[in-house]
Amino acid sequence: MENLGALSLLLALCIALYSVAASITGKLRANQFLVVSGERAVYACFGLVTVASGILLAAIFTGDFRLTYVQQHSNRGMPLIYKFTAWWGGQQGSLLFWAWLLGIYTVVAVYTNRNKYRAIMPYVTAILMTTMAFFLFINTYVLSPFDVWMAGKGIVTPEDGNGLNPLLQYWTMVIHPPMLYLGYVGFVVPFAFAIASLIEKLPGDAWINTTRRWTLVTWGFQSTGILLGAGWAYAVLGWGGYWAWDPVENASLMPWITATAFLHSVMMQEKKGMMKVWNIVLVSATFFLCIFGTSLTRSGLVNSVHAFAQSPIGNYFFGFLGLGVAATTYLIITRLDFLKSESHLESVVSRESSFLFNNLMLLASCFAVLWGTLFPVISEAITGNKISVDKPFYNRINIPIGLFLLFLTGVGPLIAWRRSSMKSLQKAFLWPTVGGLAVAAICVGMGMRDFYAIVSFALCAFVTLTITTEFVKGAGAIRTKNDMSWIEAMWELTHRNTRRYGGYLVHMGIVVMFIGFTGNAFNLDTTVNVQEGTKVTLGRYLMTIGRVETGKTSEYEWGRLPIQVSANGQDLGTLVPERRFYLASQQPSSDVAIRRRLNEDLYLNFAGNSNEDAAPNSPAKLVLQAYVFPLVSCIWAGFWVLFFGTIICLVPSKVARQYPRTQVIGVTTHATADKV
Amino acid sequence: MKNNYIKFGALIALIIGTLGWLAIGGVSDGGAYYKTVPELKAMGDQASVKRVRVGGDVVPGSIKREGQAVRFTLKQEDPNLKTVAELKVVYTGIDPLPDTFKDGSQALADGKLGADGVFHAQKIQAKCASKYEAKPPANQADYGKPSA
Repeated sequence: MENLGALSLLLALCIALYSVAASITGKLRANQFLVVSGERAVYACFGLVTVASGILLAAIFTGDFRLTYVQQHSNRGMPLIYKFTAWWGGQQGSLLFWAWLLGIYTVVAVYTNRNKYRAIMPYVTAILMTTMAFFLFINTYVLSPFDVWMAGKGIVTPEDGNGLNPLLQYWTMVIHPPMLYLGYVGFVVPFAFAIASLIEKLPGDAWINTTRRWTLVTWGFQSTGILLGAGWAYAVLGWGGYWAWDPVENASLMPWITATAFLHSVMMQEKKGMMKVWNIVLVSATFFLCIFGTSLTRSGLVNSVHAFAQSPIGNYFFGFLGLGVAATTYLIITRLDFLKSESHLESVVSRESSFLFNNLMLLASCFAVLWGTLFPVISEAITGNKISVDKPFYNRINIPIGLFLLFLTGVGPLIAWRRSSMKSLQKAFLWPTVGGLAVAAICVGMGMRDFYAIVSFALCAFVTLTITTEFVKGAGAIRTKNDMSWIEAMWELTHRNTRRYGGYLVHMGIVVMFIGFTGNAFNLDTTVNVQEGTKVTLGRYLMTIGRVETGKTSEYEWGRLPIQVSANGQDLGTLVPERRFYLASQQPSSDVAIRRRLNEDLYLNFAGNSNEDAAPNSPAKLVLQAYVFPLVSCIWAGFWVLFFGTIICLVPSKVARQYPRTQVIGVTTHATADKV
Repeated sequence: MKNNYIKFGALIALIIGTLGWLAIGGVSDGGAYYKTVPELKAMGDQASVKRVRVGGDVVPGSIKREGQAVRFTLKQEDPNLKTVAELKVVYTGIDPLPDTFKDGSQALADGKLGADGVFHAQKIQAKCASKYEAKPPANQADYGKPSA
């Protein structure tokens, strides 16, 4: 079977290369047969990658441990659902998974657009299939998932596999990688359309209209993936953090940032015909950062706690990236005329300007993250010393950037296009500003002294008020006109312009998440040695330690520490953090107990026995780590708001909207707000 | 029109300047030399002045607990000299050691080299050697190179 799998991958590679050649030749020679054949090759290629994936999955499920990949990432005892995750749990399989997802995206993109965009489709196909060919090449010649264990000339069948790391056996880890990969891979489609229309010098913004939804869906996947990762780290790793600025986390954050910038700046192109070069640069940067992120986790370039093992594929990836960036740069430079802006910036206080600063801040943040991630490499090249930076560096730069972006979130959508008068600014922002200042005053009054936290809460209030005003104002008008209830009017309003109001909801989600991030400034923690009967206080909580229970399953030994919790004399029940020792991997692991509430989480970790690593049942000295995380639940709640908002954005508006380009025919002294 | 571009230019320069200033502060604040065990040995006196993050494998059986402190030894082969350098580490940080920290795991100790030649770590990160990519099973030692 493994030979059939390897063969289908090889065939898929050949077909991908054929598709590239046929599409381009067909386009240049105006031979429709070749073009169509190039498109059909896409389907064939996807079919073959699916066959290969199916064979790998079958090997995983049947426990065919002759395959090195299966032996290393699966074992007999693993639950079925985690066996499935073995598909992308290791280096080779994850690359195959990448190729398979790319196959899905390519098939859908080609199938839905093949007649609409006849002129550019051959190039789109060629670009998508070039990427495909690259991944299949790696999967065929460098890291094959179908290698078998050999001793001399014979194939060896090991007894059992190593299985999946126990830390990864958690539900979010089943969907976190596919979500992130869907995000990573998806950006190839907008990129392909952008480059294809650049090659063809397609007039207008067709590529933006086609790919807006792609970008949004992909962005949604990526946001989900990142948040699931954060949620996993919080609930599983036992230190209560959700973000550590680890290179691998940064790798997923960077394309997300540029994609966010892109989602904003395309509006400038749609409505004003500005920032055309910039948009191409952004969409390309996003795609290349995705490839870069994929390689960063695999090449051993930077040291990370959760990178894959070092492997030789780094050079291939950097070769691919180098060629891609060079080709894109060449195309942009030779076609600058075609990308000329149709209007100019008129005032520092205008919608255009808020978009500009939004992009500037996002890019600065992305650059800071990139710089920090690569700092060990850069500093080694320049000074010969590898210097790594951590949390303080990232926080120092990204907190002010984040707050400024939050400010723009409130200001941007309300400010008029072209220029805003003092009067209209006053009208729009008077009450939100008052509200923000009031919140700041309350925070100070309550004894809060953390500068950033106060600013953050004030801005959250400011943005919430601007968004609420927008909804109330719009719905109020509809309500009086159509005699509807508030809820119906809100629904109607949102349905009329889903992009705008969905966007507001996404912004609102970001605000709620910022509230959660800010809670970080008020975390409490303590680490204590305890025994039965010990009382521990943290914040308003009083914890009484119970007697350790121990036991054993087929997979691990466990020790449970029941802790009776009360606050202000009121009994809050018993939390039971657990300590496990996995037998197969000889690795201890914690199963924390969290009391989740919207205002704060109580987070208890039974960190084991301070005398011995391995025995959780010895009663000698038990270590308890207790944390209070105020507002952390807001991060997850905010994510759901963001997710919901993204879906609203994807629903077509009830009223078909056109965006007539505003063109400057003269400047009047009193400009009115453009209500699009 | 010209005036506007000057305004924008000034604003952008201001923002980038501020961020750059923050970045430089961040590096001097949060930066640490990243060294392997042999490299740390080669640093000489410098190692006791600067904050260093040193990486290596935990020598099996070397982890000893003495009250609050944990002592262990890190080792790493010097790729040039083909010798194995070892470094004694004492961990005096507050947080319990990570789950992945055990015999044979790859660990990253963050701290300063003491005058006694022992590395005083305030923070330990560890990566289980088998976290993502495992080695072939030990009971069948004669595996050749995997091939398709």
